[in-house]
Amino acid sequence: MSENLIKPENLVYKKTNVLTDKVMHYCPGCGHGTAHRMLAEVIDELGIQEQTIGVAPVGCSVLAYYYFDVDMQEAAHGRATAVATGIKRVFPEKYVFTYQGDGDLAAIGTAETIHACNRGENILIVFINNGIYGMTGGQMAPTTLPGMKSSTSPRGRDVATMGNPLKITEIIATLPGSYYVTRQSVHTPGNARKAKRALKKAMEYQKENKGTCLVEIVSNCPSGWKMTPVESNKWMEENMFPFYPLGDIKVPQ
Amino acid sequence: MKELRLMKGNEALAEAAIRAGTDAYFGYPITPQSEIIEYLMHENPYERTGMVVLQAESEVAAINMVYGAAACGKRTMTSSSSPGISLKQEGLSYIAGAELPCIVVNIVRGGPGLGTIQPSQSDYFQAVKGGGHGDYKLIVLAPATVQETVDFVKLGYELAFKYRNTVMILSDGIIGQMMEKVELFEQMPRENKDYEWATVGKKPGKDSVIVTSLYLKSEDQEKLNFRLQAKYREIEKAEVRFETIMTEDAEYLFTAFGSCARITRKAMEMARAKGIKVGLVRPISLYPFPVKIFEELAPKVKGILTVEMNAGQMVEDVRLAVNGKTKVEHYGRFGGIIPSPEEILNALEQKIIGG
Amino acid sequence: MAKRGVVVIDIEKCKGCEVCLAACPNQVLAMSQEVNTKGYHYSVKINSNCVGCASCAVVCPDAVITVYREK
Repeated sequence: MSENLIKPENLVYKKTNVLTDKVMHYCPGCGHGTAHRMLAEVIDELGIQEQTIGVAPVGCSVLAYYYFDVDMQEAAHGRATAVATGIKRVFPEKYVFTYQGDGDLAAIGTAETIHACNRGENILIVFINNGIYGMTGGQMAPTTLPGMKSSTSPRGRDVATMGNPLKITEIIATLPGSYYVTRQSVHTPGNARKAKRALKKAMEYQKENKGTCLVEIVSNCPSGWKMTPVESNKWMEENMFPFYPLGDIKVPQ
Repeated sequence: MKELRLMKGNEALAEAAIRAGTDAYFGYPITPQSEIIEYLMHENPYERTGMVVLQAESEVAAINMVYGAAACGKRTMTSSSSPGISLKQEGLSYIAGAELPCIVVNIVRGGPGLGTIQPSQSDYFQAVKGGGHGDYKLIVLAPATVQETVDFVKLGYELAFKYRNTVMILSDGIIGQMMEKVELFEQMPRENKDYEWATVGKKPGKDSVIVTSLYLKSEDQEKLNFRLQAKYREIEKAEVRFETIMTEDAEYLFTAFGSCARITRKAMEMARAKGIKVGLVRPISLYPFPVKIFEELAPKVKGILTVEMNAGQMVEDVRLAVNGKTKVEHYGRFGGIIPSPEEILNALEQKIIGG
Repeated sequence: MAKRGVVVIDIEKCKGCEVCLAACPNQVLAMSQEVNTKGYHYSVKINSNCVGCASCAVVCPDAVITVYREK
């Protein structure tokens, strides 16, 4: 019987200890959990748990500090990269990351985001883009697609009156202070592994003081999009990826 | 070694910041306090002590950088003037909720709105009543001289770390821009302490440190508020600071803080020369407010005139302290107008003695 | 022949999102008829075709899957 295989020497995958055992509050199928785990695995594999300080945003991942077993600070809405700047400037030898959603990073925090990247702060920004304000109940986000429905664009985003979705990652890639900018996803095993490699690269660049690294993770919001998790992943592939294509946007020369 | 220098208030404050072992200063230019960051950039304190000085993209960013560095247990400071301090209120509320120590300097200018770059005291309410959302207090120190400005930086860190609270140095364009003789304290070392509440990297075998102002459960939120209120009561007991001048035989009292107290002192001297027995109470800590001295003196005097460069703010705290035991009136000029000693004396005669 | 594997699912933490079902190359997983104490149908293995590739575990948002594979 296959149960005989359950022995320590046969272990190939288990939850990393850099994630706590707390049950995450995220909705079923939400990409946050996977994105958390990929980053936690990177911290684990690099052996930097004791040198890492994270910054949680306001949004669905506001409680990320319960799940990452590293020292963390909770920032005001949109201010995570300013808070991270404060940390990194007094602790240049530590690894500092922010974990932010699209509303936090690309709407209320646009100035802080762009200026931190433009200064080339040696931090990692993990940017979860699901095109919606999840925590507050599914309102239109800066990254909501044209025509996409939300509770504040119930007839779909009308770009003529509501403005256009903001491709902030592409903007950041143009800044001299950004070093490595990439867009990933975590909805399939292959994509999640690629995202993890990107996060690992970013942390390694941070060690070398190369500048700001931003890893965008295009993710789903089953509750906000009003779909099942599996449907939401399919919808994401069909609708989000054409607008937010996956892949590296800025790679070291 | 102590050192005597002739310095502008803002520059002296910046020098004091370096000497007090500040780890990080985050600022943004605004008149009339830009000399602080200019002096720091010119002095290059990173070379002198390893102190970080960064010009942020906004006052909002600067106060959030303060949050980040303060939560690492570092001596952290920012400075601004009124419109910029308004922008920092969000951060100050979060810093209060997360119980972090820092110094925030407000070189007050006239408002509301963009107002004027001339000196004012119209941010008194904002400073002593909290300023941002939620029940919280800043320890507010109001210097009347360049010397006090310098001394309050050192004292400010002591209080900030003792209570894990923001200390605001509430000054104004007069003190910030004037040159005075000042004795500088000796260079203090930058601390390199690991505080148990600070994010310095998770310690093996210990829980990770979380710095947050979020308590979703009402019971936890109330617990935080009880803790804060207990801290404020302790501060109110232990950290009251004020100065009294010629109050022993006084039949009348002036009260004024900061730069305005200097002018009022002149008015007091003019009154005394005319035979009017008037004294001066100068609150130095605006929060905690020196309630007891007013309780003590109120029954002994015929009236109190508060003199402020605003439309009447501290007068409310004076009235609360006096609690009806004597007449309390306010005299103020605002919008950047500095009252003259003559008009202050005139106000005393009209509003208190004659009124 | 592919090596044999096995998954261990922490059913109390499973939220029944079914993302693991879509990720499994060998259709090892299905949803339970029963629910856990939170009321979610949870992921269960329905055959012995597991090769221990860990694809299910990698995409599981709640990190409920542990994977073993023969050496």
